[in-house]
Amino acid sequence: MTSIAKPRIEKHLLRNKLGLTLRDYEGGMSTLCAGCGHDSVTAALVRAFYELDLEPHTAAKVSGIGCSSKTTAYFLGQSHGVNAVHGRMPSIATGAAAANGNLHYVGVSGDGDSLSIGLGQFCHAIRRNLNMLYVVENNGVYGLTKGQFSAAADYGSKSKRGEPNPHTPIDPVKLALTLGATFVARSFSGDKEQLVPLIKAAVMHKGFALIDVISPCVTFNDHAGSTKSYAHTYEYYHRAVHTDYIQPSEEIKAEYKKGEVMEVELHDGSVIALKKVDDDLNPRDRGEVLAYLSHHEAQSEVVTGLLYIDEEKQDMNARNKLPPAPLNTLPYERLSPGAATLADLQKAYC
Amino acid sequence: MNVVSETAAGTRVNDFVIKIATVNGTGSASANTLLMKTVFRMGVPVVGKNLFPSNIQGLPTWYEIRITKDGYQARTGAVDLAVAMNADTYDQDLEKTSPGGYLIYDSSWPRPELLSREDVNVIGVPLASMINERFDTARTRVLMKNMAYVGAVAALIELDMDVIHGLVTETFGESKKHLIDANMEAIDLGFRYVQENYACPLPIRVEQMDKTDGYIMMDGNTAAALGCLYAGATFGAWYPITPSTSLMDAFKAFCERYRVDAETGEHNYCIIQAEDELASIGMVIGAGWNGARAFTPTSGPGISLMSEFIGFAYYGEVPAVIFNVQRTGPSTGLPTRTQQSDILLCAYASHGDTKHILLFPADPEECFEMAVEAFELAEWFQTPVFVISDIDIGMNDWMVPKLKWDDDWKPNRGKILDTEQLEKIDKFYRYLDVDGDGVPYRTLPGVHPKGAYFTRGSGHDKYGLYTENSDKYQDVLDRIAMKFEGARARVPAPVIRKAAKKTRWGVISVGSSHGPVIEAVDRLAAEDIHLDYLRVRGFPFHDEIEKFVAAHDAVFVVEQNRDGQLKSLIVNETNADKAKLKPILWYSGKVPDCRFVVNGIKTQLGEEKMSRGKAQGS
Repeated sequence: MTSIAKPRIEKHLLRNKLGLTLRDYEGGMSTLCAGCGHDSVTAALVRAFYELDLEPHTAAKVSGIGCSSKTTAYFLGQSHGVNAVHGRMPSIATGAAAANGNLHYVGVSGDGDSLSIGLGQFCHAIRRNLNMLYVVENNGVYGLTKGQFSAAADYGSKSKRGEPNPHTPIDPVKLALTLGATFVARSFSGDKEQLVPLIKAAVMHKGFALIDVISPCVTFNDHAGSTKSYAHTYEYYHRAVHTDYIQPSEEIKAEYKKGEVMEVELHDGSVIALKKVDDDLNPRDRGEVLAYLSHHEAQSEVVTGLLYIDEEKQDMNARNKLPPAPLNTLPYERLSPGAATLADLQKAYC
Repeated sequence: MNVVSETAAGTRVNDFVIKIATVNGTGSASANTLLMKTVFRMGVPVVGKNLFPSNIQGLPTWYEIRITKDGYQARTGAVDLAVAMNADTYDQDLEKTSPGGYLIYDSSWPRPELLSREDVNVIGVPLASMINERFDTARTRVLMKNMAYVGAVAALIELDMDVIHGLVTETFGESKKHLIDANMEAIDLGFRYVQENYACPLPIRVEQMDKTDGYIMMDGNTAAALGCLYAGATFGAWYPITPSTSLMDAFKAFCERYRVDAETGEHNYCIIQAEDELASIGMVIGAGWNGARAFTPTSGPGISLMSEFIGFAYYGEVPAVIFNVQRTGPSTGLPTRTQQSDILLCAYASHGDTKHILLFPADPEECFEMAVEAFELAEWFQTPVFVISDIDIGMNDWMVPKLKWDDDWKPNRGKILDTEQLEKIDKFYRYLDVDGDGVPYRTLPGVHPKGAYFTRGSGHDKYGLYTENSDKYQDVLDRIAMKFEGARARVPAPVIRKAAKKTRWGVISVGSSHGPVIEAVDRLAAEDIHLDYLRVRGFPFHDEIEKFVAAHDAVFVVEQNRDGQLKSLIVNETNADKAKLKPILWYSGKVPDCRFVVNGIKTQLGEEKMSRGKAQGS
């Protein structure tokens, strides 16, 4: 646990297009264990928002309960945040997004929060294509209650005391694919190079964007025999898709060979460039992605990258025909039908 | 001891009860509504009570129409005219008919056993034979048979056929003349048969009055939905549950009419059918946190599921409006029957020290007014507010004064700092008691970087920061209690009705128990037993409640649950003398009539007299 406050020396820091430094996107001090994967995800979120040139207060953070859920206090200190009850962050995000769809909703959850107590809400937020970034910081274990297996723990993966997990896991990525999610990615807290552009793309995607981040628990699940340890993840790491996020004003600078890159244009005009490692993966075809995942998982591989994207499906607010002006800004005059209408409509009740 | 007359002896113009027994799913609701509305349009006050099963089709259902020239709101327990349309319940329908009363049945299949009671006049009408002869398909025949009994009843109690014709025309619309004609023909078949074969009208009958001008017939869920519409609610989330479903159905229907932009088709509202009540309340809290007026309608089981989040909203200070249309518990209970058994559940919903603002409407008019008030209170005090009705209020049509609205009314959104205000202040702290009233200022996401704060259910200090420091934690908890104190004077005041004569006895009731109590108090007054009456309308309790108890020797607390929950809440939350509070309870699930109140009070007064006698004698 870090206990020394960071000095604010901003003079020499780089500034983004808004003139803000990375520090403007940071939050409170982390109280997680030193070396926790979650702190790397927090840093990637800070970097992504900084690079997106977004005003910090246009984001709203939501989370549930658990180590991962605590992290919303550690980034975007100038944004509102809700640390809700266990597993119920998606419902808070749903109501908040309905009230104002113009904010960037960032949900941070864990495998305990999302795949057990919150599995229902997680699934239904996907069904509704709620416009938010939903990060699952996945370590296969309950940290705050000291090391119980989570529903994401792999079959046979060993606990710190050496007991193998007797149950089959719930895989948020495959689950999201079957539920019709419109942006499905997996990454690793130790791969910032991959994670930052993924977060940027997910924030700008109009719809539910899941990033399942393998984020090892150094205290309870980083031992030999665990399939969610740093060592295991590095050993079986498989980058299936390389993702670049290009903002609307930017030119595509990277050198891509024709045919090997798939460009996906997002609603705001930005572009995601997907460079596949393998030919047998089509991020536009759910069935293919599921087959690809099954094939590589059989070899214990951790498949990462932006695995599936669909920019066509309407998000929840569009499905509900919500106006561009947020509901929370509508003046009362537009909401009340007035006294004359009340008198008139009651004729049907006489 | 039956102190209320159950006999339909003699002529009783505009003062009798019709009870219609049918099979669930046969479309009888429209026939029954037609009968009730006809009486209403003839200017005669009327009460309609639906007793229905938790079933889609096949189980027995009853509809009771009380014609009441005095404008009472409760049942009487009498059945002066039974319309027995369900052969499965003939036995009980005959048994329940009051001595001297009448019973109509379908004599297409003669049932001599229905003649077993000499004190009931049985009227056979060959409804099925007449209808089958004239109409073809099975479904049409079922529906038209309902219309035929409307005609039979109309002839017997002298309903105005022009009024019936007018209502049928309104139901189908002028363009559907064939439907109007068919329905009127069925009504006429029943009407003519009865006129030709029986002496009409009966001594119990309806005569034109002018006592319904300025009134409507509306159910409480519809009225509450209108309250949400006029309060400016823009967000509703819900999970289907009887008996609150019709509240959201009504809100949706009103929004589709009045909240859709004519040019763009955009919705100035959002309704989400959630996956469960755990989610519906979460969505409401999310929307409330983000500055939309948000609500959820539910019933007891839903409140149980929502409780964790309710505590979050209480401690995180997020406005939310919850309508609890109570049904019969515990557990699944009798899902289509009524009770007032969630009073304590709502008052203290969630773990830890929590207390909530409760509003208790007694009829649909108050459902409308209190729905509006609930949003005002929720946003002012930044806390969940409950509007607690029940099946009787929520789903039955009540005769209430026309709802009124003042176009000058503006919602008070409470203490929300806007961009300009945030620019001016040096630093914003979410949970700081700036004004000394316990109510802090809040900000909405996305408005200004200075407004950012963190809402959490974990321990926090007055600056909104995480804390495990006892003093800082306690400081916030005490301020929230102070806020609750502030609500005491803001919730609707109790309504007190003084007896005509000075008395040492009083009655306290709440919600839909009002109807039976008012009638009981009148009946007892006629027997020279006088009672002052106080109806509770809000929690935290006004001081008047404690004063009322202090001013009487005995106070009867009338409510619809087994454990005397209102009484418990009064004992717990006021300094009222517990020994003075005498419970009068009804918890059968059926909509009560005044007899349990009359009998209960008389019994207890008798006991009191006896114990006094003993005390004097010893």
